[in-house]
Amino acid sequence: MRLGSGTFAACCVVIEVLGIAVFLRGFFPVPVRSSAGAEHRTEPPAPEPSAGSSSNWTKLPPPLFSKVVIVLIDALRDDFLFGSKGVKFMPYTTYLVEKGASHSFVAEAKPPTVTMPRIKALTTGSLPGFVDVVRNLNSPTLLEDNVIRQAKAAGKRMIFYGDETWVKLFPKHFVEYDGTTSFFVSDYTEVDNNVTRHLDKVLKREDWDMLILHYLGLDHIGHISGPSSPLIGHKLSEMDNILMKIHTSLLSQEREGLSPSLLVLCGDHGMSDTGSHGASSTGEVNTPLILISSAFERKPGDIRHPKRVQQTDLAATLAIGLSVPIPKDSVGSLIVPVIEGRPMRDQMRFLHLNTVQLSKLLQENVPSYEKDPGFEQFKVSEKLHGNWIKLYLEESHSEVLFNLGTKVLRQYLDALKTLSLALSTQVAQYDVYSMMVGTAVVLEVLTLLLLSIPQALRRQAKVDIPLSSPAFSLLFYLMFLVLSAIHIIVCTSAESSCYFCGLLWPVAGGVMVLMSALLCAIVSVLTKMFISKSLPSKNPAHPNSRWSELDLLIVFGTVGHVLSLGASSFVEEEHQTWYFLVNTLCLALSQELYRNCFLEDDGEPQHHFHMEPGIVDATPGLPYRTGCDVWEQDTVRERLSLSDMLRGREKWMALASPWLILACCRLLRSLNQTGVQWAHRPDFGHWLTSSDHKAELSILAALSLLVIFLLVQGGCSPVSRAALLLGLLGVYCYRVAIGNVLFPWQQDNRDIAKGIIEARFVYVFVLGILFTGTKDLLKSQVIATDFKIKTVGLWEIHSGLVLLAALLFRPHNLPVLAFSLLIQTVLTKFIWKPLRHDAAEITVMHYWFGQAFFYFQGNSNNIATVDISAGFVGLDTYVEIPAMFLTAFGTYAGPVLWASHLVHFLSSVSSDSALSHACFCYALICSIPVSTYIILVTSLRYHLFIWSVFSPKLLYEGMHLLITAAICVFFTAMDQASLTNS
Amino acid sequence: MKDTDIKKLLYAHLLCIFSIILSVLIPPLFLENFSILETHLTWLCICSGVVTAVNLVLYLVVKPNTSSKRSSLSHKVTRVLKCCIYFLMSCFIFHVIFVLYGAPLIELVLETFLFAVILSTFTTVPCLCLLGPRLKAWLRVFSRNGVTSIWENSLQITTISSLVGAWLGAFPIPLDWERPWQVWPISCTLGATFGYVAGLLISPLWIYWNRKQLSYKNN
Ligand SMILES: [Zn+2]
Ligand SMILES: [Zn+2]
Repeated sequence: MRLGSGTFAACCVVIEVLGIAVFLRGFFPVPVRSSAGAEHRTEPPAPEPSAGSSSNWTKLPPPLFSKVVIVLIDALRDDFLFGSKGVKFMPYTTYLVEKGASHSFVAEAKPPTVTMPRIKALTTGSLPGFVDVVRNLNSPTLLEDNVIRQAKAAGKRMIFYGDETWVKLFPKHFVEYDGTTSFFVSDYTEVDNNVTRHLDKVLKREDWDMLILHYLGLDHIGHISGPSSPLIGHKLSEMDNILMKIHTSLLSQEREGLSPSLLVLCGDHGMSDTGSHGASSTGEVNTPLILISSAFERKPGDIRHPKRVQQTDLAATLAIGLSVPIPKDSVGSLIVPVIEGRPMRDQMRFLHLNTVQLSKLLQENVPSYEKDPGFEQFKVSEKLHGNWIKLYLEESHSEVLFNLGTKVLRQYLDALKTLSLALSTQVAQYDVYSMMVGTAVVLEVLTLLLLSIPQALRRQAKVDIPLSSPAFSLLFYLMFLVLSAIHIIVCTSAESSCYFCGLLWPVAGGVMVLMSALLCAIVSVLTKMFISKSLPSKNPAHPNSRWSELDLLIVFGTVGHVLSLGASSFVEEEHQTWYFLVNTLCLALSQELYRNCFLEDDGEPQHHFHMEPGIVDATPGLPYRTGCDVWEQDTVRERLSLSDMLRGREKWMALASPWLILACCRLLRSLNQTGVQWAHRPDFGHWLTSSDHKAELSILAALSLLVIFLLVQGGCSPVSRAALLLGLLGVYCYRVAIGNVLFPWQQDNRDIAKGIIEARFVYVFVLGILFTGTKDLLKSQVIATDFKIKTVGLWEIHSGLVLLAALLFRPHNLPVLAFSLLIQTVLTKFIWKPLRHDAAEITVMHYWFGQAFFYFQGNSNNIATVDISAGFVGLDTYVEIPAMFLTAFGTYAGPVLWASHLVHFLSSVSSDSALSHACFCYALICSIPVSTYIILVTSLRYHLFIWSVFSPKLLYEGMHLLITAAICVFFTAMDQASLTNS
Repeated sequence: MKDTDIKKLLYAHLLCIFSIILSVLIPPLFLENFSILETHLTWLCICSGVVTAVNLVLYLVVKPNTSSKRSSLSHKVTRVLKCCIYFLMSCFIFHVIFVLYGAPLIELVLETFLFAVILSTFTTVPCLCLLGPRLKAWLRVFSRNGVTSIWENSLQITTISSLVGAWLGAFPIPLDWERPWQVWPISCTLGATFGYVAGLLISPLWIYWNRKQLSYKNN
């Protein structure tokens, strides 16, 4: 089989995407659950234990509270309530916490600190898996056992107002509801007014048992302007008033003779110092939890140090409070202060119910549960409990009874703590078989890519894979049989559920065919290589094939980056690695430039002098140079002396250009501080987005848009130039409309619109430019006269993407776009063209810059930095596919724009095979980190930071590979076009 | 090229290494509370001073540049002045490069500058001693196939290894081990020092092993 190396690489990346998908499915399995969860059998509650004389208390104890009101404030951080902000803005709540009948806690939310998993944790008491983050945008019905369902089954009438996620999670559970969508992040007043407007009516009525309010405004303010914004204070006082209203109304109802009710104030997650959430910084995981009820004793609580509890504890507590069974998957333990006022027998009963539920969950998930210390403690306390009941029923001496009772309670508490800890630290089981299959596919593809480097980078750019010879078909069938046998054995023997076994057999068979075919391809390429090596004439030592310093840097940089991914700090701070590499690249380029400029006339050096003996001497051992080798073996470089190319002023500009690029990179680096360790440092981005500097932001945005126009318009046709101009104006109008920037003649205070018309206006021009570009490309293919049309077409596609990015980027990020275009122009004009790097080197440089710009945009390897607001530009309601596409493009705009520039640059300067070489190198350089990373992640799967650091990075890598695949397909299409042309 | 030259080179380099070791061991006898990590800046000053002095002495004693012709006193003075200016320039250029690499712009200026000084000591001072203030010669030495004597060859190796050492020294900074030597710029200065010492050790050995293949234009 003979393929162009571009096509070959594109196929490889597409297969790799499949492999990664299978791997991800195995890596993020559905968390282990109680097996009884699916059927919703209602088991009778565990009876009270007793020794000898039997107790007949088998029913659930009566409810502690007649009514429950839950006020959930999204992104309520603990210091908003317990810190100085609370004292200042929430006086009523602070009064309740300090002097009222209440219990206050700091509830710890486990990462991922995103709304939907947190709601699940609050209602089911279980720890949702990491996959829930991904499902966040499209929440399905909650299938696991939860308090809401139990309450509904017990006939409680529930009312819900607030975030729509609840309505999706619990359809038909509420007798009355009004969901507000959380996707318009810029709106922080309407969402909350939509909740509050129902409040007066509902509080007067008495036909409900549970009222849930989920306020989103605070979260939106956090996303817009961070936790130190003045808006936070206003929102907190609004929330304080609402709480006061509810509390007074509940109190007045109680005065009319009802039993005590419970008011819960909590947050689903906190807020980081930049105002986002999703990760595990202290600000994000610590949320306040306040339980207010007249059933509690009034005592001055120590506001400075509220006790720490887990967020999952609330589900069990609510279940006990409402007298419904505790959800089966709950890993939480009852919050003890709530039941402290009850008689001792009741307290023991509650704790017993909770312990029984936890030990059942332990039995279902841990095979050797009997040896677990928590289970042993549970058995001991149950026995003691029985003895106590016996004494109690015999009406023993009250002092003895009390002492024994305290002991039993302490035992129960210990057992609860141990059980809860054991369950919540239990890692979800990985689906190792699927992971292995995915890894095998990815590694086979990578090996194939690495082995075909020498073939693919030859001048004719063809890869030859002899698949049809009979020996290999025999091997293929053999491999297929072996793999099927393994599949059957694994799937019949494994007791745990496995995704890959659950697939339909044709699909699984297809994957196996693919795996064996890849293996045969590798074997055939290897054999061919050995044959050609044994022929001495085939592999002459190329006289000119020495590595330049740039090639060495590229190889070491790639290897170093890949190895650094094994350390969690380097994953968190990956941007530093890329900035460092890009800086070094610029310095290496400047060295090359200076040498070419000043020392061009020394003539051929007579003496060979090896500078880097270890490296150069080591390489002849390999048949060809492997690694991310970027050497074109067959092309002899003929570099004209630089002074012939550039004259006078141009030369000096060329000499200054690396320093200009370095300065730009330094400026961009201080625009957005990302990562973890230095993320709190002040940066220009925050300064610009704060409401005091709107004028500066406007000037900067306008300037950047101007620079973008000036840099892009040169290569376009007149029509698309006009479209670009109008589009960029539209971008500015859009930002004005949604209130980010100002027109000079405008006052600051004006109401915020969604800017739908403006955004759609820009979309029209984006589509128009892309359409013109495609038309030009098609024309160049049909007419086949002018290769200039093709260059113009590619540039137009590039500029269409630039316009789209300008629309999606937040205004303070527009300089990133402008600088990216500036650097591209400078590099093209003064470095790549005069120095004549080969396609491979240029590709790698584009890739590095693309990665650096991914982080310059403010991204990081943390889910929280994804700018979801990009997905709602110009959309009226949430539409899934466009929103996902726009978010993905907005996030990966840096790499995508550099790749599209690469296509344009190579097809404008170059020889015939440059594009396929570039495609091959791009595929290779992107798949090396991914494949290494999945091996690293597999070996680190029990690492402490696997969920907070490594898993988000894995998702980013998967997404990056998907985008790479799209880019490679685009490359190949362009390449095909040029092939048919010639 | 003779073996005596290589021997001379080796002794000169050993003297440099010895001076660096002394810069660590001697100051505690005179200064209280001296340690490399805690009073890092003091050590940087002492070390760069000692290394510069040793380099100058070696230059005057060994005189590797045999071709230098007799010149007038004024010429010598301008030459020395030029060298000083070049040294200062290189310090500033290194400082700028560190800032471009991400060193803080306003805080820790003294630390960054002293790092630039010590790196200049390891790289620029030997260059100035050996090649004099001629940029073209520098460019020649630091490009492939450009060296013309074992002195230049060893200069190339030590300079590159100190730069690479400083470069590699930046890598531990993001790690969350919370060690005192991870603070900017200690790991980098230590990296540069180790790189310099390694270069000093490697270059004579490497030249000795490759003495058959090496032949220089002017020798
Ligand atoms: Zn939330
Ligand atoms: Zn949020």
